[in-house]
Amino acid sequence: MNALPLILTVFVACAVEAVEALTIVLAAGITREWRSTFQGGAVALVALAVITAAVGPAVSHLPLTALRLVVGALLAIFGLQWLRKAALRAAGYKALHDEASAYLREVTAAQQAGVQRRRGVGDWYAFTLAFKGVLLEGLEVVFIVITFGDNARNIGGAVIGAAAAIVVVAVAGVAVRAPLTKVPENWMKLAVGVMLTSFGTFWGAEGAGVTWPGNDAALLVLVPVIALVMAACILWLRARHAAGAAPAGTSEVIAR
Amino acid sequence: MKWLRSIGAFWYDFVIGDDWRAAALVVIGLALTAILTHVAGVNAWWALPVLAVAALVWSLHRATAGK
Repeated sequence: MNALPLILTVFVACAVEAVEALTIVLAAGITREWRSTFQGGAVALVALAVITAAVGPAVSHLPLTALRLVVGALLAIFGLQWLRKAALRAAGYKALHDEASAYLREVTAAQQAGVQRRRGVGDWYAFTLAFKGVLLEGLEVVFIVITFGDNARNIGGAVIGAAAAIVVVAVAGVAVRAPLTKVPENWMKLAVGVMLTSFGTFWGAEGAGVTWPGNDAALLVLVPVIALVMAACILWLRARHAAGAAPAGTSEVIAR
Repeated sequence: MKWLRSIGAFWYDFVIGDDWRAAALVVIGLALTAILTHVAGVNAWWALPVLAVAALVWSLHRATAGK
């Protein structure tokens, strides 16, 4: 498999997660204290490295067929979850993920919490906020890197994609010193959902024993087909939402 | 025990998310693909994509019906 689609998919997926982690870290650092915030973020990164070191090699020792079956199922399920949320947001059924309001929520909560010194950490609230934010968003990054990297037998490519995303988002965050509100998160999530579902379906079916027509080239058909289905779903949901939002009798009035 | 339950809840939410039926359809799709391929001798590459799309449409329909 060509490394470019792998690197790009992992890059976009990890950029979305990094933007969300950055919002939490900025809220903790600006409102509370930077030292404890960095400590929390650093401990979370160490925990993520331990998880990756423990799970990554174990997964790569599985036979390729079993790996593709299990990981393909997980990726397809995970991808469908992303597509579902992205479609509901794009159609107006669910509020768009707004980094500005997420930041404001975290800042308000951070301002109200008292300062507590614990286990050598100056501000325990800032530490735990940064730790949880980086760990939870980072787990998704680890999941994507391990599943994509192992299945494509190119962990290095997946790591490059993830590391590049984290560096780009971190540099942008330092430059702006504010949450990255201009990032079109929902559309990025939608694109990642399409890739996760397509790759998951491809690998899962291979793991179940099928031979795809054209082998890897089947992905060149599968990805656009899933994207088209998503576009059709969004149009359908928008029409449904508009019909549901229109006051009763409006259509009859217009018809007259 | 409470700790174990919250870890389970976290992983359930992380992988399965809001609609377990979509996840179930993917698993059914994989089982169907394996049966068709290994038992019936049919190269059923189409089965999983069809069921994945059906799972998405069904899940979106359920989430938005009557809203």
